[in-house]
Amino acid sequence: MSEETSQKDKTLFTPFNVVTGIIILVGLVLTVLRFTGGLGAVTNLDDNNPWGIWIGFDLLCGVALAAGGYTTSAACYIFGLKRFHSAVRPAILTAFLGYALVVFALHYDVGRPWRLPYPVFWSPGTTSLLYEVGLCVFLYLSVLAIEFSPAALEWLGLAKIRNIIVRLTLVLTIFGVILSTLHQSSLGALFLVAPSKLHPLWYSSYLAVYFFISSIFAGLSMVIFEGTLAHKFLHDKMDDTHRKESPGVVTAFSKAAAFVMMGYVGIKIVGVAMDNNWHYLATGWGAWFLLELVGFVALPAFLYAIAAREKSLMAARCAAVWTVLGIILNRFNISLVAFNWQLPAAERYFPSWMEIATSIFIVTVGVVVYRFIATRMPILHAHPDYQHDH
Amino acid sequence: MENVFYSLQAYMLCTKSITYIIMGLLLVLLPLFWIFLTGRDEKKRTF
Repeated sequence: MSEETSQKDKTLFTPFNVVTGIIILVGLVLTVLRFTGGLGAVTNLDDNNPWGIWIGFDLLCGVALAAGGYTTSAACYIFGLKRFHSAVRPAILTAFLGYALVVFALHYDVGRPWRLPYPVFWSPGTTSLLYEVGLCVFLYLSVLAIEFSPAALEWLGLAKIRNIIVRLTLVLTIFGVILSTLHQSSLGALFLVAPSKLHPLWYSSYLAVYFFISSIFAGLSMVIFEGTLAHKFLHDKMDDTHRKESPGVVTAFSKAAAFVMMGYVGIKIVGVAMDNNWHYLATGWGAWFLLELVGFVALPAFLYAIAAREKSLMAARCAAVWTVLGIILNRFNISLVAFNWQLPAAERYFPSWMEIATSIFIVTVGVVVYRFIATRMPILHAHPDYQHDH
Repeated sequence: MENVFYSLQAYMLCTKSITYIIMGLLLVLLPLFWIFLTGRDEKKRTF
């Protein structure tokens, strides 16, 4: 008996569990601090910088990187590319958890989180972009929950309701694409209200278009990235169909991402031309802008192109990580770095360690929940009772 | 390119002209990039 107990103890205290456990414990302490002491007790936010990394990273990056759900399901169900079917459930799960954590993270940032449902149900601010973001995120989270539910229902053995929901797939996918187009672009459009605060190289009347287009290749890159992680850490949970289709998914997504990214570089240059901002390129800010555009969009696009041509999984995976970093850099630049660019250094914002720790806590919760679901539910494999459902 | 523009018409003539040139270049370069992307794909004949 003691041998069995010690065996169970050994299994519980894996390095993954210990590290994530510590992060979650610290996160819970910070949560108590934030909600008892207020924002000032935990953050470096002030009147000049009301939005920090909880918006810049948790919300902006979180929503962009959760875009794999709508891109993958659109490719599979709207464009009829059934060879991507095995990638849909992992992408939907990532998107569902991503958006759920975005809403969770938002509770930390807003002043009265218990009033979060108010703009949707009691007092809609229909002239506000932020209202539209909130409404679309609320609706899309609901869509994702329904899209994810067949996997959970198969696991629970509830066949009847599972079969009803699966018939809604196409409608949900179309609704998801519409909602994603709306809120991905609106997050960019939020910054249109501050032309004097956002550096001219990043401020553009095309911000909404830039955010939407970049969300497409952010989502494609995240699907490749989490597919890489799944192959490495959850290989035994994958069935033959997943293993067989996976290289094709990576190659096809690399091709799509490469082309969209090159188009994005083109429209960014058009944006600079339309606002006659060429002279800013010769400044320090210009160098930073070119680093973001060339170093983290154009170059990974070339790597994706090589990956697609040579069918190289390693190149695609490197390009995916590189692109994800580029998306994070872009969102950080717009919300934090190039925002309030004219303020003196003493008044600029840098996150406190507690803000950073809270963001790491939120991401860790997502990883833990993803692992819990992927190891138990039919995400990386088809349920034995529904092998031939497409 | 720090020109001084004395009218909106002059400003837009300059910026839009450059934009049209960039778009023309993109119309040429992006299909070439697509050909590069799909260069090693198997040729599928549907006829």
